[in-house]
Amino acid sequence: MIASRSVKKRLGWTIASLIVLIIFTFLLGSAVGHASLSFNRLLPTLMGDGTAKENIILFSIRLPRMLITLLAGMALALSGAILQVITRNDLADPGLLGINSGAGVAIALYYLFAPVGEKYASMFPLVALLGGLLTAAIIYLFSYQRRIGFKPINLVLTGVGFSMALSGLMVILISSADRDKVQFIIKWLAGNIWGADWPYILTLLPWLVIIVPFIFFKMRTLNVISLDDSVSLGLGTRLQRERLLLIIAAVALAASAVSVTGGISFIGLMAPHIAKALVGPRSQRFIPVSILLGGWLLLIADFIGRNVAYPDGLPAGVVVALIGAPYFVFLLYRTK
Amino acid sequence: MKNRSLPFALTMIGLAALLFITLVASIILGAKDIAVINVLRALFTDKINDQILIIKEIRLPRELAALFVGAALAVSGAIMQGMTRNPLADPGLLGLSAGANLALAIVMAFAVKVSFMSIIVACFVGAAVGAGLVFGIGSLKNGGFSPVRLVLAGSAVSAFLYAVSQGIAINFKVAKDVSMWTSGGFVGSSWNQLSLVIPIVAIGIAVSILFSKQVTVLSLNEDVATGLGQRTALIKAILFILIVMLAGVSVALAGNLIFVGLMVPHMARKLVGVDYKRIIPASAIMGAIFMLGADTVARIINAPFETSVAAITAVLGIPFFLLIVNKGGKRI
Repeated sequence: MIASRSVKKRLGWTIASLIVLIIFTFLLGSAVGHASLSFNRLLPTLMGDGTAKENIILFSIRLPRMLITLLAGMALALSGAILQVITRNDLADPGLLGINSGAGVAIALYYLFAPVGEKYASMFPLVALLGGLLTAAIIYLFSYQRRIGFKPINLVLTGVGFSMALSGLMVILISSADRDKVQFIIKWLAGNIWGADWPYILTLLPWLVIIVPFIFFKMRTLNVISLDDSVSLGLGTRLQRERLLLIIAAVALAASAVSVTGGISFIGLMAPHIAKALVGPRSQRFIPVSILLGGWLLLIADFIGRNVAYPDGLPAGVVVALIGAPYFVFLLYRTK
Repeated sequence: MKNRSLPFALTMIGLAALLFITLVASIILGAKDIAVINVLRALFTDKINDQILIIKEIRLPRELAALFVGAALAVSGAIMQGMTRNPLADPGLLGLSAGANLALAIVMAFAVKVSFMSIIVACFVGAAVGAGLVFGIGSLKNGGFSPVRLVLAGSAVSAFLYAVSQGIAINFKVAKDVSMWTSGGFVGSSWNQLSLVIPIVAIGIAVSILFSKQVTVLSLNEDVATGLGQRTALIKAILFILIVMLAGVSVALAGNLIFVGLMVPHMARKLVGVDYKRIIPASAIMGAIFMLGADTVARIINAPFETSVAAITAVLGIPFFLLIVNKGGKRI
């Protein structure tokens, strides 16, 4: 009893300190940047007392960008957490599994060939979702072997292969396109948070609002699925159906995040992992922590990327890969 | 033994003939039609007319580039697969291309004047660093990583190196130059470049054939290799240099061509058996045929526009990759 109380306490502490970290990073990110908005002007500006310039910097540039980064990081982390539970594989990540590149190809196709109207951006998450789902379905199909069933490592490897082939396809698409459009897509691929404006937050938010409660509702199922197939069947879980629903949720999250941030890998890998190390492997504990952690990680990555190099900055995806790839190698080394 | 070496000789002759036919066909096919007779004239005589000029100045250097790069990639893939006993080894998968890309980005960002020689040297160094990282990580664990894990380590190292080179490219405003180069394929290959590339590839392949027996022994078992009196460390070092040389020069000339080094040695193995004395020469010719074919497809699929040959090899390679993964990657 005492043990479980201390675990609970630990969970509370972890969540509280993550929230503090996120708020702190928000404040830091609001004040530091290419255009100056000093700390002691921050509060007055927030209260509606700022000059026109300060208002623009804070409300039209920095805040929406940070919000979208936070939300996207959360979505990616949750997606990675779900995928890791379903595949029982610590190496699963929407980026590594090829879902990003599938969504990317779909977006490139749409962006290059659809008649582009004013409202095309709000279609991006849907298009990305279609591309991501299709890719996920194909990868799932190819990594399933009749006698053995799922071999998790094959799933990852198939994903790696697919994301390479899809990048190839992307190159074909790009090579026949206009210069301006190519510029946009290349930056998108590098994980440049491009949709940094209030409307894009509205295209991302609904997915989170729907899926996060759904996952919290499914926590028990997730715990059962993380056990053996035979055990979960024995406990009466309708395994195939639940798995399918959860995969769709994971893909939808990743695809909607990627549609506004571009190709960002490794967040979905790192966040659940660190969360498990902090609060243990039970879904009820590690999933909330990994959501917060993912949001914070991407927020800080974008903050570093924006400030480390003037004037263009580094795309957040690049910063994340610089941190995430070594972490992945470390995991590869440690897991059996 | 004797009655098996005859079919091998025949196979090689057949492959060589096929290579010649592919070469001629790839010269004929293209945005501008060219008569067969002019191809033969261009190859074997000194006569000159319009078509022969096109052949000599544009098509021939390009096709020769494809030929030698294909051979180089296939041989380096074959050696990697034998040396690491890993059926999934490929210069693109194990970090060599990513390393070479990074070196390319650094050279383009910092060098005042970029010569082709400096690009080749940069690609050697970069490929060596990339491969060194992946193999180094792979050997951290006792008994080494399994083939599948090594590929995953390769993809992580590649992601890291690509991220660094993207960062450099974006900050120094050379993103376009770098991506033009790495997805450039064989467009604009010149005699000037070939005069550097052909000797390197030829020497690399010749030395590889000299060491093919050692590759075969290594591909069986490292203990056996030591037991048979091989100086394993020295031979591995030589083979590593060969791999880096062949893969590096390919990236320098044609950019990232993934899966070629993976596919071709497997096909060669199907054709000539498991002895690297046969696999390496067969891979060289088959790689050349494959690359010529892929480049010709890239030229005519959307003529008169070029399609990226890198994309075509990537798309062609994926079914192959999946097949090998699903076989479990046990047998080399």
